[in-house]
Amino acid sequence: MLHSAAPLYDDLIPGGSHWSFIMRRGHVLRLIDETGGANVGMLMYNPENPLERYNMPDTLKNQHTFLLTKGHVLLSDMGRVMASIVRDDLGWHDTVSGTCNAELVETRWGRKTYQDAHNHYHRNGFTSFLNELAKYGLGKKDLTANLNWFSKVKTDDEGNMAYVSDHSHAGATVDLRFEMDTIVVLHTCPHPLSPAEQYPSHPLRYQLFKAAPVTDADPCKTSSPEATRAFANTALYHLMQA
Amino acid sequence: MIKASTLHPETAAFRETVPAGEYFLKVVKAGETIRILDREGNQAADTLFYNAHNPTERYSAVDTIRAQGNVYLTAGSKLMSSENNLMLEITADTCGRHDTLGGACAAESNTTRYALEKKCMHACRDSWLVAVTEHEELGLSKRDITHNINFFMNVPVTADGGLTFADGISDAGKYVELKAAMDVLVMISNCPQLNNPCNGWNPTPIEVLVWN
Ligand SMILES: [Zn+2]
Repeated sequence: MLHSAAPLYDDLIPGGSHWSFIMRRGHVLRLIDETGGANVGMLMYNPENPLERYNMPDTLKNQHTFLLTKGHVLLSDMGRVMASIVRDDLGWHDTVSGTCNAELVETRWGRKTYQDAHNHYHRNGFTSFLNELAKYGLGKKDLTANLNWFSKVKTDDEGNMAYVSDHSHAGATVDLRFEMDTIVVLHTCPHPLSPAEQYPSHPLRYQLFKAAPVTDADPCKTSSPEATRAFANTALYHLMQA
Repeated sequence: MIKASTLHPETAAFRETVPAGEYFLKVVKAGETIRILDREGNQAADTLFYNAHNPTERYSAVDTIRAQGNVYLTAGSKLMSSENNLMLEITADTCGRHDTLGGACAAESNTTRYALEKKCMHACRDSWLVAVTEHEELGLSKRDITHNINFFMNVPVTADGGLTFADGISDAGKYVELKAAMDVLVMISNCPQLNNPCNGWNPTPIEVLVWN
């Protein structure tokens, strides 16, 4: 049992939107691709010191991986585990392609303003992140490589990137167990490499659970010596906390 | 792609040797060309670029690889900023491939990658943190230290999503050259890493040359 049976909370973020909240350690954030085809941009910061944030290079090189899936941990730049991927229905999530911006969205899918379309206007990931970051006193300087849940981008031998269409299905689920308190910033704007003809607008269902205690045999903790040491750093961070 | 330069070191307007473990800071003006030279081979030059007039705009690894549709950097690569503007273009490269996904070493990442007790070994982020605190006039801080380019580093991505740290493809005298498209502040940490074979456990000097 990784977590409590019934969610503590259940909510839907519409497609092309953004939201943020603080995850407390010892809780699970479940991300569900409600309709299939979702892309969820995500950034993470330590609320106690937002200069500590999710770090794509450290996450990838510590685990010798280009993709993210179950068993991987999401590392901060301070050598700690922010969250563990304890469930993943898809096997591949992207963290190297960045996020769409206003120019990209307008070029690819046309401009739709709030005046034209009200809350169905074309939001982009860059502005969405800035909008949420500002709520914590953060800004452009704090933007970093983000996660793109439910999206797959692979490479060939020469390093050419290819976006994989139809990767995620309705109901696809990712469970993230938070190992430290974390500001979670989300958007449901399109993946920047999506070839969709219409502005892709797919909602995210998310649920919160209480996590079961992390044992020494935990698959994420023991997945690599690097992960074990990152867990040790996180434990040290909490040493003087009840 | 291997592409040699037509510029001669004797005509450079600026030359400076940067020992391993030191930082390098300089504004390169639009139109100028900067060369980073691996003097003894298998060294890593961890490099960040900022818009010299507004350092909030900076080199973005993810925007760069997405714009060119390729995860490696070489001659012809256009380095894009966080605001989607062209910062520099790689105009010559005798190495063939450079990494921008592996990031820089830090005291904290040394603890996870190598051993918890490696935390007091000098690392690239320490060099940058010294650089920004010794140059308060730049208005930079840890917030500005983002994902860098590792010139001369080879970090191949496999088709099934692995990330490998391959033998260096650099050698003594190899270089990369970039032409600035805007006035850029160049901040390099000449990597002091002693824990992996990329530099043969022997960090060595690089040289930076600039042509007007
Ligand atoms: Zn380094």
